[in-house]
Amino acid sequence: MTLSELGLPELGPPRFSSPADVRERLARVGYLADVGIAGVVHLADRLVKPVLVEGPAGTGKTQLAKSVAEMTSSRLIRLQCYEGLDEAKALYEWNYRKQLLRIQAGQVAGSPAQIGEGGDASSAEIWAELEEDIFSEEFLLARPLLEAIRSEEPVVLLVDEVDRVELETEALLLEVLSEYQVSIPELGTVRASRIPMVFLTSNNTRELSEALKRRCLYLHVDYPDLEREREIVRTKVPGITEELADQACRIVRSIRSMELRKAPSVSETIDWARTLVVLGIESVDEKTASNTLHILLKYQIDIERVGKELLGSRDRPVPG
Amino acid sequence: MLAVLSGFVEELRQAGLPVSLTEHLDAAEAIHHIPLEDREGLKYALGATLVKSQSHWRAFETAFDVYFAHRGAPLNSGIEGLVDETGDVAQGDDRSTFAATGAEGVGARGESGGGGAGGGGGGDGMTAEELAELLYRVLLGGDQAQMRTLARFAVERYAGFESGRPVGGTYYLYRTLRNLDLDGVLERVAAEIHLRGRPDGSREEPGGSTLKERLAVDEYRIKAAKIRAEIEREIRRRLVEDRGAKALARSVRKPIPEEIDVMRATSEELGDLRRALHPLSRKLAVRLARRRRRGRRGPLDFRATIRHSMSSGGVPIDPKFRHPRPSKPEIFVIADISGSVASFARFTLHLVHAISSQFSKVRSFVFIDGLDEVTALFEGSNDPAEAVHRINTEADVVWMDGHSDYGHAFNVFYQRFGDQVTSRTSVLILGDARNNYHASESWVLAELSRQAKHVYWLNPEPRSYWSSGDSIVSDYEPHCDAVVECRTLRQLEKFVGGLS
Repeated sequence: MTLSELGLPELGPPRFSSPADVRERLARVGYLADVGIAGVVHLADRLVKPVLVEGPAGTGKTQLAKSVAEMTSSRLIRLQCYEGLDEAKALYEWNYRKQLLRIQAGQVAGSPAQIGEGGDASSAEIWAELEEDIFSEEFLLARPLLEAIRSEEPVVLLVDEVDRVELETEALLLEVLSEYQVSIPELGTVRASRIPMVFLTSNNTRELSEALKRRCLYLHVDYPDLEREREIVRTKVPGITEELADQACRIVRSIRSMELRKAPSVSETIDWARTLVVLGIESVDEKTASNTLHILLKYQIDIERVGKELLGSRDRPVPG
Repeated sequence: MLAVLSGFVEELRQAGLPVSLTEHLDAAEAIHHIPLEDREGLKYALGATLVKSQSHWRAFETAFDVYFAHRGAPLNSGIEGLVDETGDVAQGDDRSTFAATGAEGVGARGESGGGGAGGGGGGDGMTAEELAELLYRVLLGGDQAQMRTLARFAVERYAGFESGRPVGGTYYLYRTLRNLDLDGVLERVAAEIHLRGRPDGSREEPGGSTLKERLAVDEYRIKAAKIRAEIEREIRRRLVEDRGAKALARSVRKPIPEEIDVMRATSEELGDLRRALHPLSRKLAVRLARRRRRGRRGPLDFRATIRHSMSSGGVPIDPKFRHPRPSKPEIFVIADISGSVASFARFTLHLVHAISSQFSKVRSFVFIDGLDEVTALFEGSNDPAEAVHRINTEADVVWMDGHSDYGHAFNVFYQRFGDQVTSRTSVLILGDARNNYHASESWVLAELSRQAKHVYWLNPEPRSYWSSGDSIVSDYEPHCDAVVECRTLRQLEKFVGGLS
C-alpha cells in the first residue's frame, strides 16, 4: 500500500535504522528482545502496520509496547479490552451533558424557545446554528483510539487483550488499524496527523477474525530461552549473583518442560529470583526450592507434581 | 526473489495455511527492508507477514527450510565439502580443524579429546567409534556450529544417501539416528551424572542431589533435541540440493495440527495435537456459550404481537417472540479404546468433557470387549488430560480376550444403561467398527436410536476403508442418524460444535 493513496501524511523518518538498533535501544530501557521481536518491531515501523502479539501470559507482551513507547519517547495510549466494550468506550462519545448545558444556556440568553413550533425563518436558523455548534469538536470526548489518531505528539497505541471483545466489536478496530482514521458521521473523517505505532496483545482465548489478522503483523512471544531469561533476571533483579540467576533459570526451564496446568511465566521467575535474593540464599537446593515453589506455581496440583518429580520430595512442600 | 516468494506462498497454501493476497503483498514488501543475506531476519519477516497462528509455525518452518535452505556446499566431495560454508572452517584438513574446535569447546574434558577425530586419517568419513566419541563430546560442551558440523558428519556416514530417490527425509533420519544412537549416549551421560553428581566432575557429592541431577539431565536432553533438529535440517538441505525445493516440499510437508490424521500421527505429532486440543476446547466452549446467550429468539408469539399492535391501530409493527426454552442436550459417549483407535477416542473424550458445561450431562463409557462407565474419573478431577490417562489403568474393559467386540459391548451397555437413554440423549459412538468377525448385535443400535434423540457414529478411518475387512460399519449405519468420518481435530471440532 502506498501512503499517499490512503491520504496519509508522508511517513516520517524511520524510527529505527535496523533490527539490531531496535534491540539495542530496547535493551537500554530494560527490555531484552530476541531476534524475532526486534525484527518484527522494525518491520512494523517500515510497513506501517500494527503488530499482533500473541503468547502465553506473563511473557512480556504488554511490556513490549510499554518499552517501545519509552524508547521512542512517545506517549503510551492504552485501550484495555473487555467483553462489552463498545464504540463509546473505544472510539469517541458526544459529551451530551455539555450539549444540554449549551442548549439551556442558549435558551436563557436569547429566546429561541419556540424551535419547531413557530416555523419562521429565524428559529430554524438558530436551530441549525445550534446543531452545528453542539456537534463540534468541543463537545467530543475522545476515547483511546481517537485520541491516538488525533495526537500531535508521537504515541504508541496499545490495544490490550483484544481477544476479550466480541467478534463484532473487533470491526471497530479495523478502520483505525488499516487506514489510521476514524469516521464520525457529524464531523467527517479524522485522519492521523502522525502515524502511531500500534500493538495488539492477545492471550489466544479465541480465534481472532481473519480481517483483523490480515491487517497485522503477527508476533508470537514465547518463553525466552535460557540465556535470554538469565539476562532478564539479571537486569530485573539487582544484586543477584550470576550463579544464582543461572541456577534459578535452569530450574524454571526444567519445570516448564513438565506437563503443568500453568507453566511459570517470566514475571514469576523474576519474582522468585527476587525472593531468593531477599532471603539471602546463595545456592538453591531442594529445601529452599520446595519452600518457595508457590511463588512459581499457582496450582496445588502443579506444586505437588514438581515437588515429586524435580525435587524428589515425598511430603508436600509447605507453602508460606 | 519474488518468484521464489510466490513459490513459497503457494507451498504454504498447499500445506493448509490460509495465506491471503494481502499477506503475500505484505511479505513482498517486507523483504525489501531485510538485508538479503540475513537468513534469520528473512525468516521472521516472512513469519510475521504470512503466518498468523502459532500452531502453523512448524509447517512454516519446514517449508522455509526447504525453500530457503543453506546452499553452497557441493555434494559428494567427501569430508571437504561437508564442512560448513559459513566459512568458520575454511580450508585445509577439515577434520583436524574440527577436532581442534571440538577439543577447544570441551575444554576441561580434553584428556581423551585429541584421539577421536584426529587419528583416523584418509578414508571417507569417520569410523563409528570416532563419531560416537564426537557426539559424546559435543553433547557435553558443543555450541551450535559444532552441532551442525556433527550433524553433517553423521548424515554423511549413516544416512546412506541415494541421489534421486523420491522419499521424504524420514527414512534417512531414522537410519542416521538409529546408527548414531543418540538416546544411548544420552543414557550414558545420565548414568554418569547419577554416579558422580556432575559430568565435569567439579563437584563430587556422593549420592548427588536429585535436583542437580535432574537439571543436568534436562540440559543434555535439550542439547540432544537440538542435535536431532540439526540432523533433520541437514538431511533436508541435502535433499533440496538433490531434487530441488519444489519437488521436495511435497514429500516433507508437515501438516498443521488441525489436519493431522489422528490415527497415523507420530508421537511427536500427538504431542502437537495434545497442545492444540486445550486452546481448541476453550475456544469451542466460548463460542458455544456465546451462541446460546445470543440465540434468544424463539418462535413468534402471536398473541403478544396482536396485543401490542393495539397501540399502532392494529398494525403489527413490533413482532414479539417467545423466549426459547433452554435445552442443553445430554451426551452419552461410548468409545472403543482398543489399540488402533485409542488415541482418537482419548482426544474425543477429552474434548467432550472439556466443554461439558455446554451440555446438561455428559456420561462416558469405554469398551474393548467389555464395557465400563468412566464418567466418575472425569468428575473427580478438573483436568481432563489426567482423567483420560487414568482410563487406561482403571477402567475394566476386557471381558474375554481383549480384542474389540462391538456386539458384546453394546449388549452390555443396553442391559446396564439402556433404560437411562431418554429422548433428550444424544449417543456418540466412537470406533472403527472393526469387530474381529464377532456378531454385530446391531439390534441394540436400532433400539437405542428409537429411544434417543440422536445416535451418531464417529469413525476415525478414511471413508474408503469402511466396510472392508472386518469393519462392519454398514451393519450399524442404518440405525444411526449419521456416520461421520472424523480423522482430524478440525473435523472433530466441527462435529462437536454442531452438537449443542
